[in-house]
Amino acid sequence: MNPDLPVLIVLGAVSVASALGLLLSRNAIYAALFLVLNFGVGAVIYLVLNAPFIAVVQVSVYAGAIMVLFLFVIMLLGAERLSPGENPPGMSFQRPLAIALGGVLLGLALYVLFVRQPPTTATALADSSPMAVGLSLFGPYLFPFEVVSILLLVAMVGAVVLTRNR
Amino acid sequence: MPVLLEATLKSVVLIFVLLTGFAYLTLTERKVLARLQARIGPNRAGPLGLLQPVADGLKLIFKESITPAGVDKPIYFLAPVLVAVPAIIVFAVIPVGKGPAFQLASEINVGALYIVGVMGVAVYGITLAGWASNNKYAALGGLRASAQVISYELGMGLSIVAVVLMASSASLADIVEAQMPGNILGWFIFRQPVAAAIFAITAMAELARAPFDLVEAEQELTAGFMTEYSGMKFALFFMGEYVKMIAVSALFATFFLGGWSGPFVDQAPILSVVYFTIKVVACLLLMIWTRATLPRMRYDRLMGFGWKVLTPVAIANVIVTAFLIALGVPGYQ
Repeated sequence: MNPDLPVLIVLGAVSVASALGLLLSRNAIYAALFLVLNFGVGAVIYLVLNAPFIAVVQVSVYAGAIMVLFLFVIMLLGAERLSPGENPPGMSFQRPLAIALGGVLLGLALYVLFVRQPPTTATALADSSPMAVGLSLFGPYLFPFEVVSILLLVAMVGAVVLTRNR
Repeated sequence: MPVLLEATLKSVVLIFVLLTGFAYLTLTERKVLARLQARIGPNRAGPLGLLQPVADGLKLIFKESITPAGVDKPIYFLAPVLVAVPAIIVFAVIPVGKGPAFQLASEINVGALYIVGVMGVAVYGITLAGWASNNKYAALGGLRASAQVISYELGMGLSIVAVVLMASSASLADIVEAQMPGNILGWFIFRQPVAAAIFAITAMAELARAPFDLVEAEQELTAGFMTEYSGMKFALFFMGEYVKMIAVSALFATFFLGGWSGPFVDQAPILSVVYFTIKVVACLLLMIWTRATLPRMRYDRLMGFGWKVLTPVAIANVIVTAFLIALGVPGYQ
């Protein structure tokens, strides 16, 4: 048996629990913190899978930068609490959409698990070193990488234009 | 020795050293500040006031721990922990001396990124403390803290990128090795002066220390995010702040001052720890000196300086460094 299996089972349980906490929490701050916990668990799973680079990027990008901004906005708006029984506005079409997208994700996960050959630990280790990630970003994946950069730049310009008061 | 036992022992020693360092750093700061302001400073508890930290600690333990009305209890109690823990775990990747005996995880090739990540997570404690305290001063302090840390994190990360480019490795052990071509001019503070300056400024802003202490600007916000905290919870915030001071000093020493390197470290490896400590203490004293010298910045100036000066300069520095390395300019291979 894989010696990492017990660790992964515990991590998976924590991950599912924090995801449920995120969905069921009536307070947006708590929901955001559950999401941070979920990202943290994801990072530990990457560590167990011998991918420290991705683990640390996960923490610094998602937990360290994006979620702090989320928290900042929630605190600034001061609208973090839902009264009991009240549903957030605009939820009616979101639920079926979420179920459909969740189904697609599950299908993809099953495809990766059962149809595609999983990479061995050795290739995973070689693929996840900072140098390997950099080489593949600027090598075979250069075009998508540049597209994403331009997308981010457009979003940034948009934010600047929207917040300019004139 | 089993790996787990070794790591545990090292961690215990590290935490003990950090807590003692924290206690005496508060005393040093008070004494040095006093001298810089032509005062004497604490000199009553024990010889030369050396028992002052013990007295402070005892006082804080016996203080009543007040929980104000209307606080969000779980987060109110979690916040001090979230400030203190990241400050300590930064040390996991810092090589304190030569050889594996003085290093915990300095070899991992993502050390520099790990530091950026942990520094980024550290802001949660302050933000949440401000939010959970049910106090408008605390909330304003928390908001200021998150805005400030997010703005300055970028400059700090980019200055570390320049260092990583120079060492062509993100492992802190390799970064120290890369600064040792035999003389002091190998230190990155001489080969990367711009990155060193940006790191020093952004580190002080991340710590929210003077001149960047708008987070707890006493005249405007009483004590900012820690207004509603008392007793040991306040002590945890205090500890987090001072351990973080030691952490960024250790990082500055590692990135720019050659880490543990110095004469005769090959003959007596223990000397490397001494050199490292001297460098860290020098950085700490510089930080205290800055606090005694400079007035607090205005908030809009702080933001403008971070986004319009530090970040562009840091980006330019990374680009220039990359070009110099690509061209193979001597000292930049």
